[in-house]
Amino acid sequence: MPYWLDLMLQSLGPLLWAGLVFTVPLTLLSFALGLTLGFLTALARLYGPRPLVALARFYVWIIRGTPLLVQLFVIFYGLPSVGILLDAFPAALIGFTINVGAYTSEIVRAVIASIPRGQWEASYSIGMSWSQALRRTVLPQAARVAVPPLSNSFISLVKDTSLAAAVTVPELFQAAQRIVATTYEPLIIYIEAALIYLALSSVLSALQDRLERHLARSSGTLEAAA
Amino acid sequence: MIRLTDIVKRFGDLEVLRRVNVSVREGSVTALIGPSGSGKSTLLRCVNLLEFPEAGELVLGEETVRFTGRPPERETIRRVRRQTGMVFQNFQLFPHRTALGNVMESLVVVLKWPEAQARARALELLEKVGLAHKADAFPAQLSGGQQQRVAIARALASSPRVLLCDEPTSALDPELALEVVEVLAQLAREGSTMMIATHDLRLAASVAHEAVLLEAGEVVESAPARELFTNPKHERTRRFISTLGIDAQLPEARCATP
Repeated sequence: MPYWLDLMLQSLGPLLWAGLVFTVPLTLLSFALGLTLGFLTALARLYGPRPLVALARFYVWIIRGTPLLVQLFVIFYGLPSVGILLDAFPAALIGFTINVGAYTSEIVRAVIASIPRGQWEASYSIGMSWSQALRRTVLPQAARVAVPPLSNSFISLVKDTSLAAAVTVPELFQAAQRIVATTYEPLIIYIEAALIYLALSSVLSALQDRLERHLARSSGTLEAAA
Repeated sequence: MIRLTDIVKRFGDLEVLRRVNVSVREGSVTALIGPSGSGKSTLLRCVNLLEFPEAGELVLGEETVRFTGRPPERETIRRVRRQTGMVFQNFQLFPHRTALGNVMESLVVVLKWPEAQARARALELLEKVGLAHKADAFPAQLSGGQQQRVAIARALASSPRVLLCDEPTSALDPELALEVVEVLAQLAREGSTMMIATHDLRLAASVAHEAVLLEAGEVVESAPARELFTNPKHERTRRFISTLGIDAQLPEARCATP
């Protein structure tokens, strides 16, 4: 067996373990929480009272305008100066959630706004309230349009979680760094880490594809196009 | 009885309705005709409060709504919308629901009927518009005429006191429009109360009992449909009707009599 393959196989276990215990939970949790935050932010911007609209805009402006790595450093290394001490994982989780929230709020806002006014009016005309129209008519249609851009954010997030290494979370990339520190084989190990990220992203892309097909089928657009 | 009194509606500086008075007897069909921008669609949308007039009064059965420039109470809006159904020019079916799902929606979500009961009622209505066999089709799989007939069934689901039709045939070619006219004519024969804003004289002449000509937000003439189409009192009405070519159509279009 060639040396590089042997090395890769030996380090596969620790790398996968770090991915399974830190990268995957960090991604899933911060995406779920971030999407919720993004949804609420989008509603605030579209339908909230003026101060809430301003607050939502301010939040999106700050987060989109500053580097994610800097945001993570402020939370993990900066906040202790004002007495807020967080463990590495919760600090990273908060940082990613806030970041995902800002980006997805723009997606959610755009897809909700893209649903024609007539759909709201049709819902009102059969007696629905605003929240019923939102839940029953607008969101199901918006969700279908939102899948590709939200999948984009999700896949970006998987890769961005490697930044958590910089705030001491022992996730996949940090595990790779540690192995490199003892083996002095950066090329082999970092390529291996890259391949694991690639595999994770590919799984998500495949899931996106299935979800899109499912949503298209359940609204008859596939058959109509055929 | 549906009565609109002194309805005023403005969009910014533009006065779209200027003290409009229209009343509709239960069981009768009123056609609102007039050139584009005359305010007929806006007037219809005031009846189910998709628009809030600045002034005037709406009487809908036992409900009286006086407009003061502020939005009516949420509860009032809810009660008014439960007594009205609306058919839109562009159908506005819910694209993610089947024909059956579209018709069931108000029964299940708004009136909280049990699923099975709502399904039975929705199938009955689809049967009425001749589309029971398309119950499981999505809107994208239906022709324009079929979509509009589903939309009519959806609007009828909660048994509204009045059916408001906003240019129901304008988005359809003549042949597909005919199937929609036939459904509306059948409803008229069964005694449904309807207000129909339309350019389609085949529709107006064959379905309506009363006709109202609006221009620039004012009622020009209001009369029994046959009279307004054959013997208009006002020069303006005569001119408008001649542009629509009613003379050529009248022999075959039997004006409905109340």
